[in-house]
Amino acid sequence: MRTNVNGEWREADIWPGASLLTLLRDAFGLTGSKNACEQGECGSCSVWLDGELVCACLVLAAQAHDRQVRTVESVADGQRMSAVQDAFVEAGAVQCGFCTPGFVVAVTHLLAQDPNPNEVQVREALSGNICRCTGYAKILDAVTLAASRLREDR
Amino acid sequence: MKTKTGVRGGIGQSVRRVDGVPKVKGEFEYASDLRRDGMLWGETVRSPHPHARIKAIDIRAALESPGVRAVLLAGDVPGKKTYGLDAQDQPVLAWDVVRFAGEPVALVAAEQPEQAKQAATKIVVDYEVLSPVTEMEAALQADAPKLHPQGNVVRQLRVIHGDPEAEAEVWVEGTYETGMQDQAPLGPEAGLAVPAEDGGVDLYIATQWLHADLEQIAPCLNLPPEKVRLNLSGVGGAFGAREDVSMQIHACMLALRTQRPVKIAYGRQESFYGHVHRHPSRIWMRHGATRDGKLINVQAKLLVDGGAYTSTSPAVIGNATTFAAGPYAVPNARLEGTAVFTNNPPCGAMRGFGAVQACFAYEAQMDKLARAVNLHPIEVRLKNALKTGDVLPTGQRVTGAAPVRDLLSRCAALPMPPAESPLDRDRMLIPGGAGNVGHGEALTRGVGFAAGYKNLAYSEGFDDSSEAWVRLSVDQEGPLAEVKTAAVDVGQGLDTIVTQVVRTELGVQRVLVRQPDTAIGSAGSSSASRQTMMTGGAVQLACQAVRDEVLRRAGTSIIPDPLDEYLRPPIEATRVFRHRRTGKLDADGQGDPHVSFAFGAARAVVEVDTELGLVRVVQLAVSQDVGRALNPQSVRGQIEGGSAQGLGLALMEEIELKDGKIRNASFTDYLLPTILDMPPVVSDLVEEPEPGLPYGAKGVGEPSTVVVPAAIVAALRAATGRELPRAPVKPDELVGIR
Repeated sequence: MRTNVNGEWREADIWPGASLLTLLRDAFGLTGSKNACEQGECGSCSVWLDGELVCACLVLAAQAHDRQVRTVESVADGQRMSAVQDAFVEAGAVQCGFCTPGFVVAVTHLLAQDPNPNEVQVREALSGNICRCTGYAKILDAVTLAASRLREDR
Repeated sequence: MKTKTGVRGGIGQSVRRVDGVPKVKGEFEYASDLRRDGMLWGETVRSPHPHARIKAIDIRAALESPGVRAVLLAGDVPGKKTYGLDAQDQPVLAWDVVRFAGEPVALVAAEQPEQAKQAATKIVVDYEVLSPVTEMEAALQADAPKLHPQGNVVRQLRVIHGDPEAEAEVWVEGTYETGMQDQAPLGPEAGLAVPAEDGGVDLYIATQWLHADLEQIAPCLNLPPEKVRLNLSGVGGAFGAREDVSMQIHACMLALRTQRPVKIAYGRQESFYGHVHRHPSRIWMRHGATRDGKLINVQAKLLVDGGAYTSTSPAVIGNATTFAAGPYAVPNARLEGTAVFTNNPPCGAMRGFGAVQACFAYEAQMDKLARAVNLHPIEVRLKNALKTGDVLPTGQRVTGAAPVRDLLSRCAALPMPPAESPLDRDRMLIPGGAGNVGHGEALTRGVGFAAGYKNLAYSEGFDDSSEAWVRLSVDQEGPLAEVKTAAVDVGQGLDTIVTQVVRTELGVQRVLVRQPDTAIGSAGSSSASRQTMMTGGAVQLACQAVRDEVLRRAGTSIIPDPLDEYLRPPIEATRVFRHRRTGKLDADGQGDPHVSFAFGAARAVVEVDTELGLVRVVQLAVSQDVGRALNPQSVRGQIEGGSAQGLGLALMEEIELKDGKIRNASFTDYLLPTILDMPPVVSDLVEEPEPGLPYGAKGVGEPSTVVVPAAIVAALRAATGRELPRAPVKPDELVGIR
């Protein structure tokens, strides 16, 4: 099967029943997407499939054939972190960091859809991402910070 | 503190995490990301029965399964057959009896993970199923099956203080329970074992304590400790779950047998079976007081379920029992604690470690006492609040900071959340959120308080020291300080704190924290709120030795600027930090068991939909005794995260067991607080520096987890008028109020 990952067409010989997460992590070595629950409950493996936010653990690798996948590894512009990534570090929204790539993807997606979400909207949008370390307060701070910086840049 | 001018990011500042950038970019390597060329995948076969005798194991079909390179049983364990942090009573692989559902009985290594899984299903274990002992009281009956040669008591202790028969004017009584909580670190257990040319093994592992792992692994492998080298991999959270060994010995055995690198990575379901949990508790208490609410006598009987093996149960029941009277001055007490063996999953360390269960009970009692003597919950606590110089039930005098009164008054005075109209608000802000089919007609609010405390570092005579190495050199970019310890940053931010300590002590901007391994001396565990003081202290001592040498070379009394010319050759120092000695308890629980304490107070505001039993925690306010905040942002992060785990225990988190078997080993069925469940946490840092600790800083990881469950359930009682003696409180206990 072949799939476009972060702008590059890649091929893999993989059991079609494997998940997109397995394809990314084991076949392509893109381990930024995390394997925390593998049931679609925690959002640690959030990626974009043709621009749609999905849990890579709930998508079959075969479903990604001939489609575009974007992962957390594509969020930074080389050495330059995105506004969302920078805000996560600055706000102290990172502790163990295992949930962080999934949150970075989900927040990036949210702010692309809605540059000015209110707090309830942010909470609703991120309710599919579990963080066990932070209690979410600093994640909310990071979203607010990133949103305001992105609006300034526009 | 002599921080050189111009050096940024020393102690006291909210410094950005040193590992923040790789973590947000997805580049930080966790144990589950490890790979090696030619690597095999290990799989563990586990008992489906909580109690059974193994009659035979047939591995022939598994050995012939595609890709299989090894199948190992208990007879293949090269050395000692058992391990454990305290008593070594847990089999590496069970050979005669299995004592919990999920106990490992066989290992497989294969070329591909699916092949290993497939082969594991072909191992046929012939079990004689025995009836499981799953209730604590049943396990203590004289005729109960003995799960271990010594019987079913892991540890029993009593603390007799003053005159335990002392009479009181008012008595209140209750029995309280807490459920089995899972640490649920997001990174499942994983590691990679690589066989070495010297016949030893290198293990790359996510753990909390490299040297405790080493001490358990090496004897089981029948190798001298120097041939077993542990290297820390990225740790995706811990909260106590990585205190005990999980797959470490198994991966090493498979690597040594196959002479290939072997990775074992648990999935979420296996993670629930593969690590210890928070002890469920049943605690009876009777508090006697004067008519005006002054405590006279506290009686307690505590039972905690240690499950199948010892793990850290002796220390957990030690904590629960010695803390059972709470952060209050109590002249007389009889506190009796028992940790029990059952055929339930083993329980051990989780954030709060025995103090959580005790606090849930004694704070419910303080509220009962407040009602009995007609005082506000805060008043009755203030009246009895512990202070420096007071004597604890163990006879230990509190010599350090004990700002309990301050914490209570400040917490009570923190801003309350605004009142909200039940009908005119975003639907997501109704209890149950979008899942609430009502319209907010049956909402009632309640406010609850709790105070509590917890020991810092290990207790009862344990010397959990930490060693640090610091090297100060110069290169083209100027002075560079390198630090190495065996201390684990599990996510709490230790590497950042260490960096701050070095900047402050040496006045050097560039600090490199090297990856921990067992080539340096033990740092003790990243648990018990101890690493900032222990490893922070060791790094401070090593820096001071380096600084002394700089000053000797420069012939000055302050660090010269520029420094470069004095750093050829580089300066190195290794130092060990020890906390003050503690002592064991005598037969009446008297002694000097704890190093130091951290106190906390919480206020919870909850809203209950009494028709549906749904809860929304509107706000949590936590005042915490932190000694000194070395990184305020990080301290608040610990309080917020600890509060979330406390909210989980209060409202939703419980491993549900039926006949000893876990019924909800997944994130679909084991509920964790999401961002919709977590209210704003107002955190208030009370800084009263602790004498004898580096910078006066206390550990900050645990107090919020200790007090928040008690505060939330107190608020639910206030809202509903119900007894609610058990956490987590489930919806069916809250419905039908009116």
